[in-house]
Order: sequence, then C-alpha cells, then structure tokens
Amino acid sequence: MSTTSELDLASPAPAKATPARSRRGLRGNSTFNFWLFTGPFLIGLAIFIYVPIGWSVYLSFFEARFTVTPEKFIGLDNYRHMLTNDDFVGSLGTFTVFAAFIVPTTWALSLGLALLVNRLRFMRAFFRSVFFLPTAVSYVAAALIWKMSIFSGVRFGLMNTVLGWFGIENIAWLADPNPPWYWLVIVSARLWLQSGFYMILFIAALQNIPAELYEAAAIDGAKRGWQTFRYITLPQLRATSTAVILLLLVAAYQAFDEFYNLLDKTTWGRPPLVELYLKALGENQDYGAGSAGAVILTVLICAVTLFQGRLMGFGRGDESK
Amino acid sequence: MSAPSNSNFSRRTALRAALGLAAAGGLAACGGNNGRGGGSGSGVSLTQYFHAYGEAGTEQAVKKYAKAYKDANVTTQWITAADFENKLFATLLTDNAPDLFEFHPQIQMVRSGQVADLTDIIEPVKDDFNPADIASHTVDGKTYGVRMIDDPQFFFYRPSLFEKAGVKVPETLDELIEAAAKLTTGKVKGLYLGNDLHAVINPMIWSAGADTLDDRNQIAYHTDGVVEGLRKMRSLFTSGDLLLGAPTDYWDPSALNQGLCAMQFCGMWAMPQFQQTLGDDVGVFPFPKVTADGKPSVYNGGWSMFVNAKGKNVDAAKEYVKWLWIDQKEYQEDWATSYGFHIPPRTSIAEQATKLKSGLPAEGVKLFNEFGHFDNIGWTQAMITALEDVFANCVRKGGDPEAALDKADAAVGRELKKLFG
Repeated sequence: MSTTSELDLASPAPAKATPARSRRGLRGNSTFNFWLFTGPFLIGLAIFIYVPIGWSVYLSFFEARFTVTPEKFIGLDNYRHMLTNDDFVGSLGTFTVFAAFIVPTTWALSLGLALLVNRLRFMRAFFRSVFFLPTAVSYVAAALIWKMSIFSGVRFGLMNTVLGWFGIENIAWLADPNPPWYWLVIVSARLWLQSGFYMILFIAALQNIPAELYEAAAIDGAKRGWQTFRYITLPQLRATSTAVILLLLVAAYQAFDEFYNLLDKTTWGRPPLVELYLKALGENQDYGAGSAGAVILTVLICAVTLFQGRLMGFGRGDESK
Repeated sequence: MSAPSNSNFSRRTALRAALGLAAAGGLAACGGNNGRGGGSGSGVSLTQYFHAYGEAGTEQAVKKYAKAYKDANVTTQWITAADFENKLFATLLTDNAPDLFEFHPQIQMVRSGQVADLTDIIEPVKDDFNPADIASHTVDGKTYGVRMIDDPQFFFYRPSLFEKAGVKVPETLDELIEAAAKLTTGKVKGLYLGNDLHAVINPMIWSAGADTLDDRNQIAYHTDGVVEGLRKMRSLFTSGDLLLGAPTDYWDPSALNQGLCAMQFCGMWAMPQFQQTLGDDVGVFPFPKVTADGKPSVYNGGWSMFVNAKGKNVDAAKEYVKWLWIDQKEYQEDWATSYGFHIPPRTSIAEQATKLKSGLPAEGVKLFNEFGHFDNIGWTQAMITALEDVFANCVRKGGDPEAALDKADAAVGRELKKLFG
C-alpha cells in the first residue's frame, strides 16, 4: 500500500511527462507509424494484386488447364495462341467500338448534367441525388432490369410496348445482332449507371472556378452562355476532363458485368474481359491462355493510358500549361 | 490497493476463462475434427453442389435426403443455374471445393484427376442402369459418375393451335419451318428454341445424320447435312416466326404457357407445368430429320453425381453417393417423378414409375427410347463452346456455315489433340 502511495504521490511529474512522451513517441517512431498504418494495405495490395499478377505471368508460360499449379512449360505458345485467336483480337475491336461510344457520350452527358445541376437554385440536392443514385446500383442488377424488363424482346417489354403504340413490330434487342441494337442496350445501361458519378466530379470542378473570371469576362464584354463556356468553363475543367476521360477509358477496358449479363455467350459484343473470362474462368478452364491474354491486355492498358496521359498533359503542373 | 488490484485481476481472469471456455465449448461442438457444426450424429462433414432446379420442391427434397443420412452431415449449396458451372470449376481448384457435385460426364475432368473412380460402388448394380448412361460415364473401363436422372428434350406444342392452322406434326426441318410460319399470328410466334439456340445444336447435328465425334474420337459434325441444316436454321432465324428475346430461356415452360409461342423446345422436366397450365392441349415430338438421310433425334440430357477426387473425404463422399443414388430407390423415384418429370436411369425404378406409364409422360419415354442420344464423355466444354460459336456466327449472325465449321474444327482439333494425342 505504502509503496503504491509513494508512487501516487510522485505521479504529477510523470503524469505531465506522459503526453509529451507520447507525442515524442509518435514523432520519434515515424517509421514504425508509417508501417503501422500503411502495412495492412500494402499486405493486401501484395496478396490480392501483385501476387496474382505475378502468378498470372507465371501461368502464361505453362499449359495450365483445369489447374493453377501447372507443370508443363510451353514458352510463348499461349501468347502465340491468343494473338492469333480471332475472338481475342476481335474483343479488342469490340472494346474500341465501345470506348468510342461510351467515353465521349459519358463525358458530355455528365458535364451537361453538372452544368444543369450546378446552376439550379431549386431542389438542387434532390436533382443531384436523382442523377447520382444509379451509381449505387450494381451493374448486374441494372443489366437484368435492362434485359428482362426494358429491352425484353417480347411484346410486354417496355421499349416494345412503346414502339407498339406507333405500330412498330417487336424488336429482339439482344437476340439478333443484325441490326446491332445490343449496343443501344449496353451503352444506355452504362450511361445511366456511371454518368452520375462523373457529374459529381464535374460539379466539384465547376465550383472551383473563381467567380472573378466570369466577372472579368463580363466586364470585357463576353456573352453569358456558349462564349463563357467555351473560353472560361471548358479550359478551367481541363484537368478534371483529362482525369474523367482517363477513368472512363480504363473503365471501358474493364467492362464486364453488363456485357456478360446482357449478351450471354454470343460471339459478338465480347469485350476483352468477357473473352478472357470465358477462356479461363468459365467452363473452359484454360488458365494458361487466359493469363497470356490478361498480360497482353495489361500491357495494352498501360501503354494506352500513358500515351493518353501524355497527350492530354495529365500530371503536368500549371506552369507547363 | 494491491488487494483491489488483485481482485480486478481475478475478475478479469475469471471473465477471460469463462469466455475461453465458452469459445472452447463452441469450437468443441463443431470440433473434434468431426466437422459437424453442431449437427447430430457422428461422422464427417460433406458439402454437395447442386444447380438450382426450376421445379418447386427440389431444393427441399435434396436437403431432406441429406438430412436422412446418418453417417455424415451433408451440407447442400443450391447455386443459381447460370452461375453453377463457373462456381463449380473455380471452387474445384481450391481447398473449399465440394466433396461431391452434380454435373455432366466430361473426360477432361477425369484426365485432370478432378473426379473419383466410382466403379466399385456402381459395379454391383451396373446391369440395372441404362447401359448408355454407364457408357457415357466410363473411361478406360472405369466409371466416374452415377447418373441421377435422364432428361429427354423435345418439342412441346399446342394441338389445338395446330388444328386451327391446319398444321400436322413436322417430320422434317422444312416442315417445322413451314409450321412455324403458319402458326405465327399477331401476338403468337410459331416457335421458341431458346434465346441463344444452344439447346438444339446437338439435336440438329444428329437429325442431319451426323454426330459430334465418331467412335475414334474424330470430328463427325462437319458434314454436308449439317451445313444444310445450318442454312435452314438461318432461314428460320430470319423468318420472323421464331420467338426471340423472351424473358426466360428454353428450359422454362413460360413461353408456351404464357401464349408467346405455339411450339417450344424444352425438356421432360417441365411436363407437369405444361400439363398444369395447358391441360390436355399439349403434345411432344422429336427434333425432325434435317436431311433425307437424317433421322429424328432427342437429346437425353440429365445430371450425374460426381465425387471430388481431391476432396478431404473421398471415401465418405462415395459412401453417401452409394447410399443415396444407388441404395435409396425410394428417394431416386421421388427425385425423378415428384417434381418435374425425369426418367430414372435405373431400369428397375423406371419400370415401376407409375407417373411415366401413361399419357404424355409415356410418349416422352417412348421418344427417349426410340430417338435418344446420350452424352459423349469425350465431347468437352471447349468443344461445346466451339459449336455454340458456329450457331452464333452463321445462324444468328448470318456468316458462312463452312467457314464457321472450319473455325470450330481448329478449336475442336486442338482439344482432341490435347486429350487423345
């Protein structure tokens, strides 16, 4: 008891020192703290990203059917097979068509929505929420709604019902590739799903444009509307536009859910990830060829992204503009 | 001060001990390596995968059979049909693979060592099984799966609509196309083959007098008859008489039952649902012959039970398969006839299945016996995909059948070389 009392009596000094020691500890062990906070994420990154990438590269040099621990080394055969495979090469063409549709339309629609919503003085939060909400919907759920309800090929599909009012025959939107109505279904689904997200990015960027610029332009005689948009708003959104286009392009490369769920196993409208999925993970279980395709695709995405970033000046400081 | 301190320690210790005991108790309940998760009885824990059957009551039936088994705790994963194969194949590569699963016979799974040899449990009752079912599960004299059900697939039609349109039951593919045209009205399409047409690929090949592979495991589908069949299928696809883009696929009876079409390709499993909705106004006929030297055909699909050869409890899984799909004849008949209609692969059960002895089910059994073709274990998933691509490219997309078949030959040839050298 007495010992404890003595310690208690002596406690004021240490009590004062304790917080200081803690602060010194945090500063003094900055390396430890760095690893403490970033370690779990780095471990996750290594386990779920880098190890699979490494393993995929490894598999791409092996005959790996129905196994991910293969033994038969076949060199570049899988690469040769994938690069001469019409379906895989064709899937890159599908991606190009898809990207050509989706990147500019999503950019324009999300910017348009941002401009509309940003100016709103009435029910602004409501409209922002309405346009942003689809972002929270899963691509699979949206694809099934599009396929079974809106673009169903029978007479009670929503679109066919509307067309029926004008005496137009039912259209098999997804079952028949001639004409390729499936693109309308896919692009509209993705536009609905992702425009709201990019709208938010543009709203944030619009709010960062100094009002003085518009005031100065008005004093100089610039007309509101297209002129200010063309010469002030658009240039001020350059960094955001570059980022949005970059994100849209990468997202287009990674398109999977809506294609897979809308088109099933057609030979058309297969983007690269669907092609690789069917090759490796689906029923065919050819992990060697699938991995080779994944490596080719990764290299391609990196090259295109770097080229596009360089072309649009992504990452350059203001001074370089 | 020390006393209270000690007292606190004691309480903490006691609390920890209590929590530890509770946790240990909980672990013990599912521990002891019996894997029973607190279930009753003794033995190991087994997991089985089933695809989600469309017929009401099937999931409950599978779980009822599993619960009745006393030597192991059998857990059932009931997996959405569209995801079943993907999930099964991916999981078979991991430690979480099921101990047993239903699928179709495929030699690739045998060669990869994924399915266990079940010859020892089948051999004593081999003669009671449909010989074609045994043959379709056998590689090099060993049998790798136990057939649970046979599922003949053919056309269901509305006789009243046929009579009204002055159409007789088609005996050739040309007659089928003509019938579809006559039966198409403003709101009703003549025919439904499923949205992707995959279900009729093999029947069309057989009805053209060809086959997928021959006895020496060589390509047998690339014939003039098949090319002719593909051209006819293209004319049907573009005729406007085929129902396209239906909300449900061919395996679901909704298209015919909802009046979207007058004929539908489907399986015998849906017969009770057709009869329930259409009463006596439903008939069946096989896929008609495609060419003059062809013959009508019926695909005898079905599902078989396999044991994961790399599982932790192979022997226990085999015991369960033997108990349920060989010994429990009552459950086998229940599974084949109480929900959808299927043909029991055991001759003794099929002969006593009263529900299949008269009327439309008996007609289905007759078509099964007369025109049926069974799974070929050498026809693998990659080869199936190659012919699906043929149908996609030349029937749905309008490409040249010869070019599409040449492309399939390359893909199938690559597979054959890997499997048979």
